[in-house]
Amino acid sequence: MTFPQRFFVALAAISAFFIAAVPAHAATLRWAAQNDILTLDPHSQNHSTTHTFMRHTYEGLVRYSREGQIEPCLSTNWEQISAIHWRFHLRKGVKFQDGTPFNADDVVFSFNRILQPQGTNQIIVSGVKEMKKIDDYTVDAVLANPNPVLLRQFVDFFIMSKTWSVQHKSENVQDYKAKEETFASRNSNGTGPYIIKLWEPDKRIVLAANPAWWDKLEGNVTDVIYTPIKSAATRVSALLAGDVDLVTDPPPQDVERLRGEPKLKVFDGLEARVIFIGMDQHSPELLYSNVKGRNPFKDVRVREALSLAVDREAIKRVTMRGLSQPAALMVAPGAHGYSSEIDKVVPVNVDGAKKLLAEAGFPNGFEFGLDCPNNRYVNDEQICQALVGMWARVGLTVKLHAQPFASFAAKLQNFDHSAYLFGWAVTTFDANHALQSLLRSKTTGADGSFNLGRVSDAKLDALIDAAKTEMDSKKRDVLLRDALSLARDNYYYVPLHYQTRPWVMKKNVSMVYDALDSPKARFARVD
Amino acid sequence: MSQVESWLRQSWNHDVVWSLRHSPTAIIAVFSTLICVGGALFAPWIAPHNPFDSASLSLSDGFTPPSWTQAGNTTYLLGTDDQGRDILSTIMYGARISLAVGVAAVLFSLVLGVGLGLVAGYVGGRLDAFIMRVADIQLSFPAILIALLIDGVARVVLPREAHDDIAIYVLTVAIGVSGWVQYARTVRGATLVERHKEYVQAARVIGRSSAAIMLRHVLPNVMGPVLVLATIHIATAIIAEATLSYLGVGVPPTRPSLGTLIRVGNDFLLSGEWWIAVFPGIALVVLILSVNLLGDWLRDALNPKLR
Repeated sequence: MTFPQRFFVALAAISAFFIAAVPAHAATLRWAAQNDILTLDPHSQNHSTTHTFMRHTYEGLVRYSREGQIEPCLSTNWEQISAIHWRFHLRKGVKFQDGTPFNADDVVFSFNRILQPQGTNQIIVSGVKEMKKIDDYTVDAVLANPNPVLLRQFVDFFIMSKTWSVQHKSENVQDYKAKEETFASRNSNGTGPYIIKLWEPDKRIVLAANPAWWDKLEGNVTDVIYTPIKSAATRVSALLAGDVDLVTDPPPQDVERLRGEPKLKVFDGLEARVIFIGMDQHSPELLYSNVKGRNPFKDVRVREALSLAVDREAIKRVTMRGLSQPAALMVAPGAHGYSSEIDKVVPVNVDGAKKLLAEAGFPNGFEFGLDCPNNRYVNDEQICQALVGMWARVGLTVKLHAQPFASFAAKLQNFDHSAYLFGWAVTTFDANHALQSLLRSKTTGADGSFNLGRVSDAKLDALIDAAKTEMDSKKRDVLLRDALSLARDNYYYVPLHYQTRPWVMKKNVSMVYDALDSPKARFARVD
Repeated sequence: MSQVESWLRQSWNHDVVWSLRHSPTAIIAVFSTLICVGGALFAPWIAPHNPFDSASLSLSDGFTPPSWTQAGNTTYLLGTDDQGRDILSTIMYGARISLAVGVAAVLFSLVLGVGLGLVAGYVGGRLDAFIMRVADIQLSFPAILIALLIDGVARVVLPREAHDDIAIYVLTVAIGVSGWVQYARTVRGATLVERHKEYVQAARVIGRSSAAIMLRHVLPNVMGPVLVLATIHIATAIIAEATLSYLGVGVPPTRPSLGTLIRVGNDFLLSGEWWIAVFPGIALVVLILSVNLLGDWLRDALNPKLR
């Protein structure tokens, strides 16, 4: 990655000036996990690992505090002029990492940029009709309808510098699925606590504290070196050997052993993420299948059979070693709208599944492909292999295609699949985030942005749209509950489990656990 | 009957068999190779389970330790892997893939290498120089790197959905192409010597075509060393397949070869499920060692200078 030369010169000057301001015990956090980021363009890919790093270098108008509360960030305060009219007062004196000052133009520019259809992050500004510049440090958000979760959405509304983007011809969002690369997808320029010094794909990401940041780090971590290590055994060995300080996705089989290590400690936490199977319910003829002229997944009985054939308890016990919770809903516990009353997992029933397939006209099953990432979720490829076996028992022939997430994401977004394993975490901690992204009929905007099986149900759409704007909390809860139940009963997806994701770190590291699996270096300490 | 008897007696006293009878290492190597190859060849009939039949797998049986340990189960003699596949059966089926790829890759190298070597040696001149320079260039790269390169290119060029189905052929060609040089060099050297012999000149005088002379006259006389080379190369090819599969670019995990099994098992070494990696590892070592010993012995037996 090459930064402009003068950026380096400026940086050198700034560092020399601020060298005394660096905390007394400046420390490096060496961190490993299996996945890599997809891009440095903050508006291109709605992908947790990518967002995790974007949160270190880019900032939104608001952010989550250490306790998970909304607090001011690039905007210092805000007021609601009316239910659909918000005014944000921007922070003065903030500079982007290239030195350009931050102002209202950048917010308006970022708003228009994130809406572009080739991106996948429109959900972040969903419901906002317009962002208007009032003066250099005041911006108005005009909504289509009242929005109860607007501020939570805005946490990941990353502000880019208009000047920088125009200068480097990166006004447009990178089209990831078309394999496009832009200056902004290979370089970053935020206002945030860290500067991304280097990103070598599949090798490492190097962050260094931004000396010109407007706020102070709460911890003492000034440098972060992130290494994506795909092999589970290698990742654990690196931790045991002391080559890394933190592993955020230890393989479940090794967690017990790691708990016994005197030099290490384990943070347990339920990630707000559901792992599920998506199915193409749109194509008239299913891809990668031997069924010609029709699409079996359009038949609810086939989808139910797929779900009935899955032994979620066995996956939990053997593949996840207890570190998962079988799921029936498309949103994880911890998100607003989740309810254990409707989260009723139907136990495995091979005969029932066979019967349903026979009723649907497939007494001998059929063939389809299963796309699966092999470096994204906990034991993702092993889960897919187990599914192939479980579905084989009811007569379905599944061709498994496991691949790294980077190629998997592009394949899925091009609808080049028949079924796939995917996971969804709700960054707003609100169920409608999952419903709107995964189940709302597909549009080029936020609605259905990850509805990759192209599910379309008018009744469900109506519920989701109503929940977007319903300000009465009780009424809204009913809407969310109905939508989740409707999705469950129609088997639009086959939820597998909510994954538990312990973090393992050296004893001298302290972190704040994050249910989005998004460690934040600004809260971390290495002593 | 007497004909068969005399043929048997003759073979029994033949140099090669005589040397075999007097080398205990060779006898052991022959036996263990036979066991490995037999186990692999007849796996569908003698293996206790069919690990490639997804429907017969039970995830609940996953991670069963070997039968002699406390938590073991006699159904699974050497235990099961993370998907509940019987390790013993998987080793037998996996060895089938390893051997098939190994032997096919060697045949591929052999045909390619012998063909090019013969042409280079017999025709000579610019063609010879060209072929041998290509060989020199290829020799400057490690074979595994070339196999990785071919595999990588094939993955990009071929349609994605076909990958798993054709992985095994891609692997064979990749390993095959990476190994032709030795054959070409050996054959070219021998051909250069044979070319000037009287029988070749005689064949040429009576007007036989170059192709016929190369194939019918020269080839049989240069095949001895090639066969020895091929035996040793089989072991190298099996290792190459295991390495590629270990690196995750070989055969898919739903139809594992020995290398894939070791790769999968590697993830469970730290958590105490040692049998998933160790038994396929032992099987690979035994297979390679026996084939190598056999190759060594054959080389000595066929070398008159060592008698």
